[in-house]
Amino acid sequence: MLEKADQVFVLLLHWLVGYLPAAWQPAAGVLLCVVAIIAVYPTLFALAVLLERKGLGRMQNRYGPNRVGPFGILQPVADGIKSLTKEDIVPFTADAVVHFIAPLVLVVAVFMGFAVLPMGRNMVLVDLDASLLFFFAMGASTELSVFMAGWSSRNKYSLLGAMRAVAQMISYEVPLLLSTVGVVMITGSLSLVDIVDAQNRYTWGLAHWNVFKPWGLAGFVMFVIASMAETNRSPFDLPEGESEIVAGYFTEYSGFKFALFFLGEYVGMFGIAGLGTSLFLGGWSSPLAILNWVPSWIWFFSKVMVWICFFIWVRGTMPRLRQDQLMNFAWKFVLPMTLLNLLVAAEWRFVADLWLRWIAGMVIVVGAYVLMGRVGMRREHFGPRTYRYAE
Amino acid sequence: MLGEGILKGLAETAKNFAGSYVSKERLTTVQYPEERIAPIEATRDFPFLVYDGEDWQAGLRCVACQICEKECPPKCIYIEKSKDKKPDYVGKPQIYPARFDIDISVCMSCQICVEVCPFEAIKMDTVFELATEDRFGGLLLDRSKLAKSNEYYHTIHPTEAAEVDARLAEEKAKVEAKARAAAEAAAAKAAAAPAAAAGAPAKTEPPAVKPAGGAE
Repeated sequence: MLEKADQVFVLLLHWLVGYLPAAWQPAAGVLLCVVAIIAVYPTLFALAVLLERKGLGRMQNRYGPNRVGPFGILQPVADGIKSLTKEDIVPFTADAVVHFIAPLVLVVAVFMGFAVLPMGRNMVLVDLDASLLFFFAMGASTELSVFMAGWSSRNKYSLLGAMRAVAQMISYEVPLLLSTVGVVMITGSLSLVDIVDAQNRYTWGLAHWNVFKPWGLAGFVMFVIASMAETNRSPFDLPEGESEIVAGYFTEYSGFKFALFFLGEYVGMFGIAGLGTSLFLGGWSSPLAILNWVPSWIWFFSKVMVWICFFIWVRGTMPRLRQDQLMNFAWKFVLPMTLLNLLVAAEWRFVADLWLRWIAGMVIVVGAYVLMGRVGMRREHFGPRTYRYAE
Repeated sequence: MLGEGILKGLAETAKNFAGSYVSKERLTTVQYPEERIAPIEATRDFPFLVYDGEDWQAGLRCVACQICEKECPPKCIYIEKSKDKKPDYVGKPQIYPARFDIDISVCMSCQICVEVCPFEAIKMDTVFELATEDRFGGLLLDRSKLAKSNEYYHTIHPTEAAEVDARLAEEKAKVEAKARAAAEAAAAKAAAAPAAAAGAPAKTEPPAVKPAGGAE
């Protein structure tokens, strides 16, 4: 019974596809999976928006939306209807074609990433051998859409936002990739299915999640930081920077296209959270062996939602970074840490003694963190401003 | 260590998040349509016309002098004078506004009309729920909508209304005293006239007026 609950979606798919002739079955199966993905993640998006608005409100000692429906739970529906019925304005001087394509490119690119995410036992659309690379390739193409939007709008704020977005996303793409290399080194596979399977083992009833190891912990922290920057979340939301550049690259978007950007941003968050979950938090596996009876897909989605809640929490806490702080942080702290993490992963791989590799790994990771935090991130004091001529 | 401040901040927001469900004092929001806080006494938004007594048409203080219409910076007041006259609060016959319109979609709540009015006839209101479906007609308030009783004025701005009432009473008393003096003088004159020989009233009058002129 519990196994059936675990495999309920797989069985449902087989049952539905079974009605079709054999020649059509593979294509129909893929189509059904795609429809399921496209249905599930926008629903989660609505839920996340509600969570974000209510949660942020509470963090600022406000109520948050509480008017539409009981406790405001129908707020996403109202938001959706509003954005669908609003006028779609394209600036007169905008490049209409690119302006139109940009949100579509974003949404397509972010949805493509879900093709390789294992969302439960046997629940993966395409089991690619290099699925990690595929995910990053798709994630990187969102930059294209952001720049298309900013450039085609013919608006200084849009262009500034797009410039910032490209600078930021390229800077953080490097540590994002490097933070996952440790996992690939230890697992010996680029396939996300294999990576999750490797973590689905238990010692004394505890899971072998990568985050519980020194290189995994360091990689996880760096991955979280880089993923926030990749998805343009606060405190890395310079490309949108409401207080400085209106809405950044989607200043000139309204109505449904704006909603698509919004959707793309959140679905991108789910994608990167799902990837991080698969890489470091054991994907669909349960943390304790005795909790293995809980269906695997529940574990995956609850981990993703916890990740999203953490993003919301961080957004409610931190102010926006300055551009130079952003760049310094990426190149002087996150990148060296991820490079060093490769060393730690190699040490873990080749030192046989259990205690020695634990101690050595933790010493390198914590030592480097403290040292680089002290030296690299030292605040520079310029002293009071001096004037040469005006006195 | 790097990140200490971030952890402190995260703890603070977590405290806010949990605390807002536990203690009501944290939530300062007034949930407006259901909950209201009493407006402060100096609140003002749009002007209204004050009337005395029961009947607003009879008691309207406005005498259609059109000073407010001329002073209004955004020109949102429109006044038409009446052809006939009605008695004002002291009983003096005055013209009254046959039409008095204020377009509150234009009004900027500057209170200049109130400051220039010599008759204490126009004052600032505190009602703010003036949303309407009719953008033009619904926001153009005519005499009947603008007229509000002096008692209402006392409820919204008690201190100011008391001052206004005192001022008006003083003025009224002055006018009444003057009228009484005039009546007394007339009566004295009327009494003096038959007492003196009815021969030459034109000759007896100048000496009677002279002391008054000398006092000035």
